Amino acid sequence: MEYFLLFISAIFINNIVLVQYLGACPFMGTSKSTDVALGMGGAVIFVTLMATAITWPIHQYILIPFGIEYLQTIAFILVIASLVQFVEMFLKKVIPPLYKSLGLFLPLITTNCAVMGVAIMVQRNGYSFFKSMMYGLASGIGFLIALVIISAIRERLDISPVPAVFRGVPIALIMAGVMSMIFFAFQGMAA
Amino acid sequence: MSNITKEFVKGLWAELPPFRVLLGLCPVLAVTATAENGFGMGMAVIFVLVMSNLIISSIRKIIPGKVRIACFIVVTASLVVTVELLMQAYAYPLYQKLGIFVPLIVVNCLILGRAEAFASKNPVLPSIADALGMGIGFMASLTFLGALREVLGSGTVFGVPVMWESFEPASFMVKAPGAFVGLGMILAGMNVLNRYLSRKKGESEPVSQNSTCASCGACNSCK
Repeated sequence: MEYFLLFISAIFINNIVLVQYLGACPFMGTSKSTDVALGMGGAVIFVTLMATAITWPIHQYILIPFGIEYLQTIAFILVIASLVQFVEMFLKKVIPPLYKSLGLFLPLITTNCAVMGVAIMVQRNGYSFFKSMMYGLASGIGFLIALVIISAIRERLDISPVPAVFRGVPIALIMAGVMSMIFFAFQGMAA
Repeated sequence: MSNITKEFVKGLWAELPPFRVLLGLCPVLAVTATAENGFGMGMAVIFVLVMSNLIISSIRKIIPGKVRIACFIVVTASLVVTVELLMQAYAYPLYQKLGIFVPLIVVNCLILGRAEAFASKNPVLPSIADALGMGIGFMASLTFLGALREVLGSGTVFGVPVMWESFEPASFMVKAPGAFVGLGMILAGMNVLNRYLSRKKGESEPVSQNSTCASCGACNSCK
């Protein structure tokens, strides 16, 4: 039950983009069409899981025993950057179809706050390994859901008579604000 | 000398981040619930940006082209750790308020973007000017957005009450929805201002465009 609650809460109540503001750059950058949004969302889920699975043992078994937790930022970003590179090369060689759909988005993920954010947050919250993986998966799914919804809205906005000064990013941000308000309504569920 | 001034000034208006070039949106949205937080975040970013541009442009000739992004990340990450430790020592309350967004400066596209687009191709002095201009522009924007949200959301600026007595604060402005709506409104306002300025100069109507990418090298797909 505890895990179920954590899962639901990370997807909806504490949605990583709309409530915690992580990953806002790709949220705006890659939400122009639903196909791209799906690809990006899938890639984020994948990399978040991998990154959590690797950074958690590094923090617990290397940084803490040696008392060098302050190097967390530098260690995590290096791990994530090389992981992304590695995953890209691996997919290209071994699973070309998957590379075709995700490969384009992988370099972009290095600078995605969501991946790094989840890796740091599970350490600050003191989650166990399994709980961290659940949290990473749920956050990725939350990101995917938010991204797909906003991209569907933006596809409709393109053909709507939006005032010229609002066209493009401004109206998308305001729609994200409205979506965020809707996601805030889920907070009643947690109580 | 005029060249350096030009690099400095462009960050303050023509390429003002994050309102003209949409970079580093996460901290922009997350820490601008109050003007003070926005200012503090801006200061941290200025420090990292100026130092990273300084270091990267001075070692730009010995960085191999193929692994340059990794080199930039290492430099930036070391500087972010420095900022983290400095803030823990001298500005602990602010450090706690900014929370996870201090370590996340390392993945701020603005810093990688300036390293890739400017510092890796230019000498030290123009790079510092560029970083200072961009950093000050970023800080001013964050403080402005923070002040706007703070006034509407809690009726204060930098913690000082400024609104009339019976003012009912709209608490949604200091929460996540207010961040998105506030930024969207400011971008639209920038577009209105642009149109007005170019009409005054007698130029043709500019296409309202807020670029989401400044060639940070890590992203070939965000176009």
